[in-house]
Amino acid sequence: MSIGSTPLKFKVRIDPERCMNCGRCIENCSYGVYRKEGDDIRINSRNCVACHRCLAFCPRDAIDIEEKPGDYRSHPVWTREVREAVFNQAKTGKIILSGMGNAKPYPIIFDRLVLDACQVTNPSIDPLREPMELRTYLGKKPSSLSLRQMPNGDVELLTKLTPNLQIETPIMIGHMSYGAISLNAQTALAKAVSKIGTFMGTGEGGLHESLYPYQNHMIVQVASGRFGVDINYLERGAAIEIKIGQGAKPGIGGHLPGEKVCADVSCTRMIPEGSDAISPAPHHDIYSIEDLKQLVHSLKEATEWKKPVFVKIAAVHNSAAIAAGIARSGADAVVVDGFRGGSGATPRVFRDHVGIPVEAAVASVDAKLRQQGIRNEVSIIASGGIRESADVAKIICLGADAVYIGTSALVAMGCRVCGTCYRGTCAWGIATQKPELVARLDPETNAVQVENLINGWTLELAELMGAAGINSIESLRGNRDRLRGYMLDEGLLNVLDVKTVGA
Amino acid sequence: MMNSVRIDAKDLHYTPLNQQIRAAVASGAKEIIIDNVLGQRFIGDGLRGDDVTITVNGVPGGDLAMFMSGPTVIVKGNADHAPGNTMDKGKVIIHGSAGDAVAHSMRGGRVYVRDNIGYRGGIHMKQYLEKRPILVVGGSARAFLGEYMAGGLLIVLGLNSLSPASERGIGSGIHGGEIIIRGTVDENNLGVGAKQQPITNNERQAIMPIIMDFAQVFGIDSSCFRTDTYTRIIPASARPFANKYTWE
Repeated sequence: MSIGSTPLKFKVRIDPERCMNCGRCIENCSYGVYRKEGDDIRINSRNCVACHRCLAFCPRDAIDIEEKPGDYRSHPVWTREVREAVFNQAKTGKIILSGMGNAKPYPIIFDRLVLDACQVTNPSIDPLREPMELRTYLGKKPSSLSLRQMPNGDVELLTKLTPNLQIETPIMIGHMSYGAISLNAQTALAKAVSKIGTFMGTGEGGLHESLYPYQNHMIVQVASGRFGVDINYLERGAAIEIKIGQGAKPGIGGHLPGEKVCADVSCTRMIPEGSDAISPAPHHDIYSIEDLKQLVHSLKEATEWKKPVFVKIAAVHNSAAIAAGIARSGADAVVVDGFRGGSGATPRVFRDHVGIPVEAAVASVDAKLRQQGIRNEVSIIASGGIRESADVAKIICLGADAVYIGTSALVAMGCRVCGTCYRGTCAWGIATQKPELVARLDPETNAVQVENLINGWTLELAELMGAAGINSIESLRGNRDRLRGYMLDEGLLNVLDVKTVGA
Repeated sequence: MMNSVRIDAKDLHYTPLNQQIRAAVASGAKEIIIDNVLGQRFIGDGLRGDDVTITVNGVPGGDLAMFMSGPTVIVKGNADHAPGNTMDKGKVIIHGSAGDAVAHSMRGGRVYVRDNIGYRGGIHMKQYLEKRPILVVGGSARAFLGEYMAGGLLIVLGLNSLSPASERGIGSGIHGGEIIIRGTVDENNLGVGAKQQPITNNERQAIMPIIMDFAQVFGIDSSCFRTDTYTRIIPASARPFANKYTWE
């Protein structure tokens, strides 16, 4: 123990003036911060992850959690995080595992983009009294239509259309698997998307039987581990998504540790209880862009060409060229997952250092597909770091058709972004499989909260569009003229194809 | 016979071919014979029907019987890459050789290949409860046999005086299931995470009915199988990544 203890990450205090000794903090903390000794509640601050479960359920507001109470000697290069990572690896010699999205203070492009509004020369629209079209269709659009006029004046469509997904708002919920999150959490999300008329992803964890009633609003995922994948699963999904990569960890596979593979998870994933569920880094039947086409076609063939097939990639340097390949693979949509995307468990070095922001990736993918005249072949779904309705509006201006949200939907269910999902002891019943913790999350009330969030964003999106004099999401898509860059450099302005403020 | 349907696949794309197969199954056909198959992919893709037998005369393309759940597919010829990919139930019997990634992620059923297979045979096969996929190869397998295997049984017999598995990476990353090789395996050819041990009598008894069935299907003289030596390759650990990480 030559390194000894490091300063506390959090300091927990109970105000004795306010505490009534009810013990709710002890009951609620799943990390072992509180314990009863005689009549007193004792605190072990070192166990605290700042999930705020205790604070949220303290009836007297008696609990105070302070972050980083003990200072290191400040240094701009040798930050606290850097030093603590060195201590950790000096002790263990292992890969540091982390949760949630990128935790480095990179500049956020969304926050350097501003939206436009009408003044005098063109009137803005009031969404209260004018219809705003937010409905979006995801999938291939024909490059031209051939029609035949019938003798009675009707027109017959001769072009064969491919299946599209109809969403009532361009906001969907991304793939968080059963295993990574609890069944109650998935159920709440499923109820919310069904009510709203949008979709959610199953993740690579199969589709639990109890979610079959919501299957028409679920996108089933086929990832490199092929967990839970059979013809029954493929047929139940409204669409199928091939996961190539994830924004939080581009280039590597995933694995669900055996501790999280309980009886029910084992059944849904179709693997033995307690065994590691390992998703290899590549799909071992995809070693080239031609092979991707083969997997896309095999899924379409298996489901008799009735379902759209999406391909999800992590946003990396060459996303645009990769997306152009995907557009030619027969896929119906490409999902671009930016480097701020969340994850239940990701090596810290990948979370913080690999991949690029979704804003730049989506803009370059959209531009490349337009250059090549194949933008109609695929829809673009942006995910990874979408935090509020303004982000949705901005990324649509940069060329996306729709977004996936993940973390924000979890926050709507209580998640405090403590980032310790990988421990499997989530006090909010979200990122855990422990029955007593899962039971804390009521699918009914949480479904309403998620629904409220998406409805709130949708209203804001309609207002933003109205202010810009736009009454259809189609007219916002790729509409870079309604964006301006604020303090962005020329290179990035060129990539985004956006002018600077004042221009 | 009403229950038998013959399909001519000459110049037929795989989608109309599969549509004809599905239509035949839907109308109650139990025996479907497809002639003039020449490289069509995805034959039997996602097909159901426990008592249906499909005979493929010719050389099918990749992903034969992918996601298939129930039928038996008999190929009178070689097959391309990944027959039995993510197959759920049923049988694929190949009277010839097959390409890479045979039985990729197979979840149940059996794949028999009379001759040889390419690289990464049986990769990421898995099992769950009564679903235990079986891949038997009569001849030899190329490198990375049984890579990432998470379950199931993979047998390579090395018939016709071939060396069953003489390339590197056998069982690389294996964390479930077992690989049985007739004869011995050079320790240097084992992948990371795999270990070998001599087969016990009980284990030999357990696999013998499968080998006998394989021999009978292809009309192979089975007299030597009971007494031959076999090597059993299994995971060194069911949790290969358990000690790789520390919490942030």
